[in-house]
Amino acid sequence: MGGTRGGFLVNVIARCRELAQLIAEADPPPLTIMEVCGTHSHEIARYGLAQLLPDQVRLISGPGCPVCVTADGDLDAIVQIAQQGAIIATFGDMVRVPGPRGSLADARAAGADVRVLYSPMQSLEVARQNPDREVVLLGIGFETTAPSIAVTISDAAGEDLKNFSVHCAHKLIPPAMAALVEDPECRIDAFLCPGHVSTIIGTQAYDFLAEDYNIACAVAGFGPSDIMEAIYAIVGQIKGATSYVHNAYTRAVQVEGNTVAQAQMAALFEVADAEWRGLGTIPASGLRIGDEYAVFDARNRYELEPPIERDPGPCICGDVLQGKALPADCPAFGSACTPQSPIGPCMVSSEGSCAAVFKYQRQQG
Amino acid sequence: MLTTHLPPADAGHPPPPSDTEGGKKDRRDAYPTICNGVAVWGGRLSEAPALQKTLIRRAKASRIMNAGKNSETINLGHGSGGAMMQELIAQELLPALPGQSPQALEDAATISIAADRLAFTTDSFTVQPLVFPGGDIGTLAVHGTINDLAMRGATPRFLSLGLIIEEGLALELLRQIIKSIGAAAREADVNIVTGDTKVVGHGSADGIFINTAGIGECGAHVPSVTAAQPGDKVLVSGTLGDHGIAVMVAREALEISADLRSDTAALHTLVAAMLEAGGKAVHTLRDLTRGGLAAALNEIAASSGVGVLAEATAIPMRPEVGSACEILGLSPYAVANEGKLVAMVEPGAADDVLQAMQSHPLGRDACVIGEVISESPGMVQLQTPIGTRRVLELPAGELLPRIC
Repeated sequence: MGGTRGGFLVNVIARCRELAQLIAEADPPPLTIMEVCGTHSHEIARYGLAQLLPDQVRLISGPGCPVCVTADGDLDAIVQIAQQGAIIATFGDMVRVPGPRGSLADARAAGADVRVLYSPMQSLEVARQNPDREVVLLGIGFETTAPSIAVTISDAAGEDLKNFSVHCAHKLIPPAMAALVEDPECRIDAFLCPGHVSTIIGTQAYDFLAEDYNIACAVAGFGPSDIMEAIYAIVGQIKGATSYVHNAYTRAVQVEGNTVAQAQMAALFEVADAEWRGLGTIPASGLRIGDEYAVFDARNRYELEPPIERDPGPCICGDVLQGKALPADCPAFGSACTPQSPIGPCMVSSEGSCAAVFKYQRQQG
Repeated sequence: MLTTHLPPADAGHPPPPSDTEGGKKDRRDAYPTICNGVAVWGGRLSEAPALQKTLIRRAKASRIMNAGKNSETINLGHGSGGAMMQELIAQELLPALPGQSPQALEDAATISIAADRLAFTTDSFTVQPLVFPGGDIGTLAVHGTINDLAMRGATPRFLSLGLIIEEGLALELLRQIIKSIGAAAREADVNIVTGDTKVVGHGSADGIFINTAGIGECGAHVPSVTAAQPGDKVLVSGTLGDHGIAVMVAREALEISADLRSDTAALHTLVAAMLEAGGKAVHTLRDLTRGGLAAALNEIAASSGVGVLAEATAIPMRPEVGSACEILGLSPYAVANEGKLVAMVEPGAADDVLQAMQSHPLGRDACVIGEVISESPGMVQLQTPIGTRRVLELPAGELLPRIC
């Protein structure tokens, strides 16, 4: 195979097949496993892992893509800030998510200044180079990105950057997982717990799901065999009628997580209720900038028009996300809601359940 | 609206005859590729030195007039059609391009060509940064149009060159870009026969935009994106993603320490070798520019009404490009290339064509990556390393890194 053949490791491939065999031999009962991490969704699609699993083991994509679950209120505010002339500094995939006033890409086409970053620290450089303009960094993401945004704000405060602020729409994953399983109709039997997020919050963050809700949990890494290992561990819990948090990503994740990063988040942010696209408002599921750093909160700097309320119409993403409905059950699917003009998070994300089904059907048709 | 027409390059041709009488006067027939209005190869070359002198005299005057102004950047005056523009053309453009003599400021180049079937294409080039490891926007502008001609099996002959320059562009940078255009055209043995220069205000362009159009002579067989057939082998000419990743790393000043270079190259000689080996069996050729392999395969599948099954482990990729894609959250299959192609070739001829590719410097890493199938017409499937299949989608739009 060699380095010029994509660098796929032979032992990873063999281990995937071995795990597929073990899972099939375990002959689990019908089982729905939800992943709540965009990269897991991506890797599952990239390697076609669902095809390795017995029919009764169903994988569904939860609210794991941070740009996809960003609510209309935030999208509306961000686009308004861009339209008011601030430089918007953002991670790339936020650019094309459509809000009530269009996407950042639309705003950019109309003259707004939108800069795509690879590290939030680059936003400080943009602010230094444009001292006469306001720079607004978009704080989008889960526990993985929040610490780096916290450090960025802290650095901005350290050098007293006056033209820098953050629109903070960070979200916390465990409260969303709890909201999903609290619904009595929820069909989720197990969570494939996120990898990057877990490096920050540790496996302990999911204990309550196993203990209070009897949901099997396994923290997974990002290689195909990592994900298969975690699924095999979940199948073991289901077969044994037990639930706990299995750590299948021990090379990066510890029980207590990254306490330094947790401290950075605690110093900058306060936990707040947050609105999730497709799921509505979930208590204590988001972060806002704490009072000490309020001067860096873009919400305090811009006079914005009230958000345009969009009727989600017949969108049933909430049900799809909870495993209660299939994309095809949604009356908007493929008509009012398409990847080019998505309504709910399942269509916004290229790996979302609805987007995946839409693309596959269209290409076959 | 002043249009500058650049007479032909003479790379690979004997120099134009000196202004002599007698037997050489019909050089136009001996080299019938081109003829500008003032009979470039004909008997009236005496006009050329006179015009050149005039241009240079005006240019000098312009330099004197502009003394004290910043002469090291392009400004709106350079696009005004007046003396400054003539200086720019006479001093910077014409000397750098192959075989130029500035006698022919006609409104259009006239060309004579023997082939009864021509390929004609145009492409515009925008890239940031303008200079990147392995090339610059000038190299791309020549290679890109040559490659579009080559994908129809045509021998590239003539290019036009349109420059839209943003005021404030450093003259030194423009010189470098023009030099690259000249070098790429010379190396590919094509003539730049006509051109145009515009300067736009600050903020109206991104440094420089270049448009090239190209004319090529078709051979006996013209590959087509509609001609792929079930059973065809799918060949790629080398490693994927080198250009897109090199440019992205340079643009974002990412601290990725790897030797990432654009693969920009003119592919017409590689195509010639492939067609010599495979002839009509080479059904389809496509260069893997924007949208990369994923876009090219999807376009071919849709246009030919066939399915494509590619094997992930067979797709050649430099490890550093694969790693950069992982870091940046990009699909290597959707990243642009500027010196790679994909070919659909009848199975019986695939080995010969592959061998011809591998014997060519631009096809050393060529390999078979899959085949054309009759199932799932319009769809491209990728066999993953673990033996499952997934759909390789047409890239959605702007290539944006993912957060998670």
